[in-house]
Amino acid sequence: MCREAVELVTDYLEGALTGRDRARLELHLADCPHCSAYLAQMRRTLDLLGRIEPEALDPQVADDLVMLYRRWQSE
Amino acid sequence: MEDAELVARLRLGDEDAFRFVVERYHPSLLRLAMTMVPSRAVAEEVVQDTWLGLVRGIKGFEGRSSLRTWLFHVLVNRARSTGVHERRPATGVTAGPAVDPSRFGADGSWADPPVPWPDEVDDRLVASQLAERIRPRIDELPDMQRRVVILRDVEGLGATQVCELLGLSEGNQRVLLHRGRSRLRGMLESEMGNV
Ligand SMILES: [Zn+2]
Repeated sequence: MCREAVELVTDYLEGALTGRDRARLELHLADCPHCSAYLAQMRRTLDLLGRIEPEALDPQVADDLVMLYRRWQSE
Repeated sequence: MEDAELVARLRLGDEDAFRFVVERYHPSLLRLAMTMVPSRAVAEEVVQDTWLGLVRGIKGFEGRSSLRTWLFHVLVNRARSTGVHERRPATGVTAGPAVDPSRFGADGSWADPPVPWPDEVDDRLVASQLAERIRPRIDELPDMQRRVVILRDVEGLGATQVCELLGLSEGNQRVLLHRGRSRLRGMLESEMGNV
């Protein structure tokens, strides 16, 4: 079951499992500390991904774009 | 600034509003563009083209999506029309288990189970360090997985928006997300020794 459980984690988090599969998985999770640990790791992974900042914008790039903007406006 | 105000000001050609949207969205647009074209130079051109698309198209923007999602759409279309084609094969949905099969016993239960991560992972400082370390690993994912993970988990778009944007079915989107997330969890698991 564990091998199948890890494949259901995304569908589970996405709310895409049928009621029956969801109940089955939750029953397994309640019973299996390893799969629970796996799910907790997945949740933390998602939390970390959400913290990634895009690289900072080079002020020169912004200035250049504003210059272009002026030109585009006048075209 | 709210979208409605920005859009109104952009329609009038307001430079401050333009600078504001550039500062807010340019880095995200560049990040997405880099998953769609083969080089940074081309990605930068595509983003610049997207800004031109905003100037030309803002009058027709109806506000049915957020300004950000609309910009992503413009970008995806521009990237596709560069003719510089993507490295990936057409489908991009690859099979493969979420976890190395050797970690399970013959009965399918864990033989080499995941070790719970230390609580310090919840610490904000440690978390932002880990987030920095996971960033380059995202680039190692196959293109479609990378695009879906960036849009869903890094940018925080919803499933429906991502399907629309990338022309994916809900099912394919979830498969790609699953592969990408599973690989990133695995990468973090190996990083955890260094926390
Ligand atoms: Zn289990």
